[in-house]
Amino acid sequence: MSQTTTSPALPARAADMAEPSRLGNRLFEGLTFVSAMMIGVLFLLVAYVLIDGARLAMSQYGWEFLTNTHWNPVTDNYGALPFIFGTVVTSAIALIIAVPLSIGTAIFLTDLAPLRLRQPLTSIIEMLAAVPSVIWGLWGLFVLLPWLHDYPYTWVSKHLSGIPLVAGPIQGAGACIMSAGIIVAIMILPIVTSVSREILRSVPDLQREAAYGLGATRWEVTRIAVLSYARRGLMGAAVLGLGRALGETMAVTMVVGNSPKINASLLQPGWTLASVIANQFGEAATDIQRSVLFEIGLVLVCVTILVNIGALLLIKSIDGPGSRRA
Amino acid sequence: MNPVMTSKSFAMSDTAKSASAPVPATPPESSIPAPAPAAAKSEVAFDIQDLSVFYGSHQAIKNVNLKIPAMSVTAIIGPSGCGKSTALRALNRMHELSPGARHTGKILMKGEDLYGPGIDPTVVRRRVGMIFQKSNPFPTLTIAENVLVGLRLNGVRDKAFLSRRLEESLKMAALWDEVKDHLNRPGTGLSGGQQQRLCIARALAVRPEILLMDEPCSALDPIATAKVEELIHALKSEYTVVIVTHNMQQAARVSENTAFFYMGSLIEFGPTEQIFMNPKNPQTEAYVSGRFG
Amino acid sequence: MLTRYDKYRKLKSGFMSALAVFCAILVVLPLILVFFYLLKMGVSSLSWDFITQLPKPAGEEGGGMANAIVGTLELMGLALVMGVPIGLLGGIYLAEYGGGKTNAWIRFGADVLNGVPSIVWGMVGYILAVVPMGGFSAFSGGLALAFIMVPLVLRTTEEVLVLVPSGYREAASALGIPRWKITYHIVLRTAFKGIVTGVLLALGRVAGETAPILFTALGSNVWNNSIKEPIAALPIQIYYYALSSFPDQNNQAWAGALVLIILVFLLSATVRFLTSRRSKI
Repeated sequence: MSQTTTSPALPARAADMAEPSRLGNRLFEGLTFVSAMMIGVLFLLVAYVLIDGARLAMSQYGWEFLTNTHWNPVTDNYGALPFIFGTVVTSAIALIIAVPLSIGTAIFLTDLAPLRLRQPLTSIIEMLAAVPSVIWGLWGLFVLLPWLHDYPYTWVSKHLSGIPLVAGPIQGAGACIMSAGIIVAIMILPIVTSVSREILRSVPDLQREAAYGLGATRWEVTRIAVLSYARRGLMGAAVLGLGRALGETMAVTMVVGNSPKINASLLQPGWTLASVIANQFGEAATDIQRSVLFEIGLVLVCVTILVNIGALLLIKSIDGPGSRRA
Repeated sequence: MNPVMTSKSFAMSDTAKSASAPVPATPPESSIPAPAPAAAKSEVAFDIQDLSVFYGSHQAIKNVNLKIPAMSVTAIIGPSGCGKSTALRALNRMHELSPGARHTGKILMKGEDLYGPGIDPTVVRRRVGMIFQKSNPFPTLTIAENVLVGLRLNGVRDKAFLSRRLEESLKMAALWDEVKDHLNRPGTGLSGGQQQRLCIARALAVRPEILLMDEPCSALDPIATAKVEELIHALKSEYTVVIVTHNMQQAARVSENTAFFYMGSLIEFGPTEQIFMNPKNPQTEAYVSGRFG
Repeated sequence: MLTRYDKYRKLKSGFMSALAVFCAILVVLPLILVFFYLLKMGVSSLSWDFITQLPKPAGEEGGGMANAIVGTLELMGLALVMGVPIGLLGGIYLAEYGGGKTNAWIRFGADVLNGVPSIVWGMVGYILAVVPMGGFSAFSGGLALAFIMVPLVLRTTEEVLVLVPSGYREAASALGIPRWKITYHIVLRTAFKGIVTGVLLALGRVAGETAPILFTALGSNVWNNSIKEPIAALPIQIYYYALSSFPDQNNQAWAGALVLIILVFLLSATVRFLTSRRSKI
């Protein structure tokens, strides 16, 4: 029958319920706010650790560090130029190989592929992205490198040895800048492809239809209506790939030859900013050596962050609020 | 002659208790203990004084003065964009959830300003329940959990109490017979009309004093609509109901009093029969006779 | 009536289409090759011993990566415990609270952090944990990995929460439920599967990371007994064994890689299963 007693635990009416404490809301909002602010804290941590660690080297070498080509632990003469060179060149190679392939694949996925093929192909590309860097390095070291060495490199050094860009002699197993570039290209294929695909998908069908209506062939439609509309987004995808390429560490360090020399030839070993840190950090014997590695890390992070910001801005400018994460 | 008039008669007085209009074919499940009838004593559920509501710089409601009578059904009608939903939401402070929303004026419920300093909107919303246009039972909760969520998440734990309240609320919403053997099924497994009645049960479970309904039947088929309207008739003996509807026939069927809004202002308020058959304001007349909508 | 130019255009279009197909094949090729070799080289060295035994000293044949397998799982657990709560709560803030501008900055910051080379987090972990603790440890390895997980989980959580229809929040507000309970009991519950998916994806990413744990967790040839000790992990073991001059260790590197990729793909498969039509709508 009807409630004769009423209390907050057994409220007969809404008005009988206990007043909620405001504390719960405030605590929760505060907790989530602090957590969100950790993003800023993470930035500060990176800045602090790298700048503080690099301080010794920065005071010792100044700006010359970036142009010095020596790497001599004995005389404590260090310069970062070989690594900057190595990073730039491997990334360039990776982009030259990966970007056209990725855009071509993205075009295939959005316009040409039969519907039944699209999901499996997309899944394959996702799987490609999930392969860890060290496994690429392992495969690169034992499978790709011997093949490159025995076929393309040997052929090139036999027939094209005059060209300084590809001059030999091929070191050992074929570990060189070119090999690193190829491995990095494979590793950035998934992200450039999937971002390109999103960009191409976001091109309104109206553009395509208009071009078809004018009697354009499939390629012309793609070229005129899709690619030019999506140009900025595709550039963003490429720059995003560049950002990834700059930071690739493990696979590179296993195939790049680990040599602190600058060579005109792509078939010579080299080193990149990321891979030298991986290689040397554990073995750094002196403070200055370790500090140098921090400074290299600082250079790497600054360049990577700038490149990624550029990529994000380019992508956001076409994609709107649903832009992809790096 | 007003083409909107239905053949059913409706109550004419604007005082508290009035004779129920069309008697529902099946009486609502009885033996339900009435909530402590504190609300029945006062005549006025809401005393809206000079209310204006702004979203940013846009003024949605302009200087509305309105006394909504208790224990009856009041309909709010008007063309799209006239501010009726905003007015409804102001009654349980729901408009505050939109960014940039602010108001001037007062709304008194039993003498207390709902917007007074120190009044927690959460408490207001418990006492003034709301049913939405699109039924929204919580997807991860069962039927029983849906009905009781307002109580549970406000600290009520007593199992016997909850299970009693569950049955009462579902009976009040005329849903008990249909779901009593499936109380552990997900709330989203019901039909549209049943889901809306589930939402009504959920709102009633906390025993608010007033029930607001924002176009509750617009997404329902006619049979489900009829069931909900029966429900409203049954509820008005214990609750004050304010219903926003764009369907004038529905307003005529269920309400005792009607308020007509246009472009953010209250144009006319009065007994439903009078609004539809003999409106005082020419704009009201134009709207109810279908000259614009 | 096609002119010669039209024929040329058609040919060119056909050629370009073929080129696109060619690109797709080239993109798929490395994956096929990797799998092929992983299976070919890894299966032969994968054995019960491999999964249950500790590494043997260099030069001795045999042994296994039992400690590395467990170590990887332990590091993932540490990263989860340290990184997911912050990422989750931060994602909740972005989705449910906060102002437009602050949130835009946080979102942008998280996206940028997601692109920072992972080796940098190793360096941060080194300074923040290894140096003060006086040595390498599982804790510092987990910490470095947690740094990677926070921005990842934050963004995936936010994206999933934003998808919860606002009607549920409204209905819960109208019932007079306090705001934080709405977020915790209604919104989070509704988005739960998506959040779990995001966490699994982040774990899959972190399982294969080598650089950040190289000089935080260090790696080890024995069992780990404490969170303060160095710990073995599959990626580290694969790295060192791949570069080793002993063929037996090279083979074990392949086996370890096979185990690692199986782990990563198990996580992806779970994600795929959760996001498919089955299980809870």
